Amino acid sequence: MPAVSMTVNGKSVSGDVEARTLLVQFLRENLRLTGTHVGCDTSQCGACVVHIDGIAGKSCTTLALQCEGAKITTIEGLAEPNGPLHPMQEAFREHHALQCGFCTPGMIMAALDIVRRRGNDLDEHTIREQLDGNICRCTGYHNIVKAIAAGAKAMAKGGARQAAE
Amino acid sequence: MSATGIGAAVRRKEDLRFITGKGRYTDDVIRPGATRAVFVRSPHAHASIKSVDISEAKKMPGVIDVLTGKDLATDKIGNLICGWMIHSKDGSPMKMAPHPALAADKVCHVGDAVAVVIAETQAQGRDAAEKVKVDYQLLPAVVDPAKAKSGQQIHDVAPKNTIYEWSLGDAKAVDAAFATAKHVTRLDIVNNRLIANAIEPRVALAEYDAGTEQLTLWNTTQNPHVSRLVIAAFVGMAPEHKLRVIAPDVGGGFGSKIFIYPEEVVCLWAARKVARPVKWTADRSESFITDAHGRDHVTHAELALDANGKFLAMRVKTIANLGAYMSTFSSSVPTYLYATLLSGQYDIPQIHCEVDAVYTNTVPVDAYRGAGRPEATFVVERLVEVAARQLGIDPVDLRRRNFIKTFPHQTPVIMAYDAGDYNASLKKALEIADVKGFSKRKRDAARNGKLRGLGYSTYIEACGIAPSQAVGSLGCGVGLWESAEVRVNPTGSVEVLTGAHAHGQGHETTFAQLVSERLGIPFENVSVVHGDTDKVQFGMGTYGSRSGAVGMSAIVKALDKIEAKAKKVAAHMLEAAEGDIVFKDGKFTVAGTDKSAAWGDVSLNAYIAHKFAGQELEPGLKETSFYDPTNFTFPAGCHICEVEIDSDTGKTEIVSWTAVDDFGTVINPMIVEGQVHGGIAQGIGQALLEVAVYDKDGQLVTGSLMDYSMPHAHDLPSFKVGLTETKSPSNPLGIKGCGEAGAIASPAAVINAITDAIGTEDLAMPATAQAVWSALARTQPRQVA
Repeated sequence: MPAVSMTVNGKSVSGDVEARTLLVQFLRENLRLTGTHVGCDTSQCGACVVHIDGIAGKSCTTLALQCEGAKITTIEGLAEPNGPLHPMQEAFREHHALQCGFCTPGMIMAALDIVRRRGNDLDEHTIREQLDGNICRCTGYHNIVKAIAAGAKAMAKGGARQAAE
Repeated sequence: MSATGIGAAVRRKEDLRFITGKGRYTDDVIRPGATRAVFVRSPHAHASIKSVDISEAKKMPGVIDVLTGKDLATDKIGNLICGWMIHSKDGSPMKMAPHPALAADKVCHVGDAVAVVIAETQAQGRDAAEKVKVDYQLLPAVVDPAKAKSGQQIHDVAPKNTIYEWSLGDAKAVDAAFATAKHVTRLDIVNNRLIANAIEPRVALAEYDAGTEQLTLWNTTQNPHVSRLVIAAFVGMAPEHKLRVIAPDVGGGFGSKIFIYPEEVVCLWAARKVARPVKWTADRSESFITDAHGRDHVTHAELALDANGKFLAMRVKTIANLGAYMSTFSSSVPTYLYATLLSGQYDIPQIHCEVDAVYTNTVPVDAYRGAGRPEATFVVERLVEVAARQLGIDPVDLRRRNFIKTFPHQTPVIMAYDAGDYNASLKKALEIADVKGFSKRKRDAARNGKLRGLGYSTYIEACGIAPSQAVGSLGCGVGLWESAEVRVNPTGSVEVLTGAHAHGQGHETTFAQLVSERLGIPFENVSVVHGDTDKVQFGMGTYGSRSGAVGMSAIVKALDKIEAKAKKVAAHMLEAAEGDIVFKDGKFTVAGTDKSAAWGDVSLNAYIAHKFAGQELEPGLKETSFYDPTNFTFPAGCHICEVEIDSDTGKTEIVSWTAVDDFGTVINPMIVEGQVHGGIAQGIGQALLEVAVYDKDGQLVTGSLMDYSMPHAHDLPSFKVGLTETKSPSNPLGIKGCGEAGAIASPAAVINAITDAIGTEDLAMPATAQAVWSALARTQPRQVA
């Protein structure tokens, strides 16, 4: 079995994987980082979104071996342990942007990537379009859109940890 | 209203783990030595099984065992059941076909499980499953419910594939009323088949402890105790007290996780056989062919009106597709959860409804958000809107002429509505939606080559399911009460153990709000425990918008008992008569004095018991209540949808959505609005995007998220949500419930709006761009070259 090494949430990790092992399986099963979820098998739902070298990617459609030497950030890596939450996480709670919570990690990671690409002043239309890769069945998106706009603004106010690296 | 009491938009306690990735969903649960189960499923819709050859599969790397339907039968594992008896018009009971967890003789739908591979890893299990050789003899597939009665008979017990032929109402009185009608509106309606697609797929993890002979099941279920009862008593897996069912965090249900499915049965059985934990996690495409589907009605409906637009009578004939097997609650959805709502918000003297339920070679169909009430509301609100157009009466005016105005109101279809003010929601919705300005907006849009339309849906539904005696008399095999245990700790903090279950509804927050306000203790000091049959006494679970109306009522009753006992303890402490103790804001006071005891002192004393003389008062402060509702509750409201259609493409944009709902007492308006948003999104999904399609051979064409069109953020508008309030008279808090209303009201509003815009009623759901464009094209005269 080939070996793979990468950095996940700032820590060096390695493991033996099959060639066909997906990144999401490596994260969930080898590293026991179960915050990243699997919701589909056609790369539509976005529950698996993580950051790979600073850019959002679907870990269900990425092989673990493809990430040799990469820097991965998962939902668990956004806030310091026992530290304050990331402003985007706070915004999701403040605006009731989650109900069952299953799509939420991927939604938050995708939201951060929208900010990376489109900045901190996001309008409703932009957010809705940019969420094409994430499905939520509970919220109807109304509060997710509000949360992302608020979280993006809060990130601009400084003191926000960069999501990547 | 305090910052954390009833009516406050308190931010949710449960969010912390979900936003940090520390949720504990069933697939996150790791048991040492766990194996993986991979099912072998039929690729055919209808076939007999000639043989199953597992020899090659068993030799594959990592395979521990391969089990078949024959093995299951040999081990005398019982069949899955439908728990609601429905009788046909001729008095005969519904034809419930045997439903083994693994098929042995024949398969009845694509996805029907035939064998299971137990392997060390998922990948090894998949590899081995591909090597299982099943020799099928194909049989003709029955797919179209409208033609099921003349198709190949699927089950021996059900000639003409007919499960039941049921009716409700007085047919003769309806016929007599129709004979006097000035106008009759007739519609043929298909309520499109849907798939719930909660974002978390189903998972079952089973473990057997040979030392204690105890089975444990972690499962994505909305009702762990019901699953435990069915699997123990009906499937015969184990005695009930030797089976523990745990529903940890569950990622959405919408009804699809109520039912007891083959997979959890097989995992439990396999875990005992291989003496290791067995975990099955559905792939999404596997979910598509195993999770119960929803809706799937074919209906002909007629509404009779007099010369003044007064409704005289309604008659409805529905064919309901229940799929290949009867799922756990399937029989009730197109009968007592459907026909009983056909009166809508209106005073309709006579109603008659006939429902024929049929088997087809498709995935079993059961409750999905709204469960029968969206189907009913669509029929009623389309009839009413179309009647208004045919008669040239304003659709708001026609509704007002027929609204029920005095309560209680007995409908001709069992339901007696207790309280409501339908005009209040309508009036408020008209204002919020700025209906006055619509004509101008329509003209402006037309100048830009766009078609605007406005559609109404004034809905009512029956939820807070349900009074046990009422549903029992209608055939339900269980009672639908709820349980609560309120445990006060010596230090004064409280645990509420509820038989309800949260899979997105925020009970850890809302139930804590209730307890905190009632006992005058900090919100942070109240925990809610649910989802484990070892911890929580029997409860019926969460569905049917009942956790507030029924679940919280049980908590209120338990709190009444807590207060009564705490007063006794305080009386001992303060050396006063029990009748002189007043409890307010977390303090016990002797009336007319300044002698008082704080909550925390009383709770401590309850457990120290030094001050109790004699045996009259037991130590401890913990009370239980089982609450059986006295009636259904009747949320109602008005949704108004405004659309703009591009006639070149048929694409519908929802430019405005207004919802004004009456849910009675609202515990947390933020959570209630979230429920409404989510329900509306699913209803818009049904109206514009979603449909599960089978081809003539019974292949599910829409078999993944590639082909089944789930609503994305850019498909939906923001929503304008308002509330009116007439408290429910039938539970202590006056709660009506809100979980399904959005999905119930919305499809009719969308289709009413689009048909208004395009000027034809010839449009079925989902009203995709292609469907709308085609409908428009049919209204245009043909161009002659």
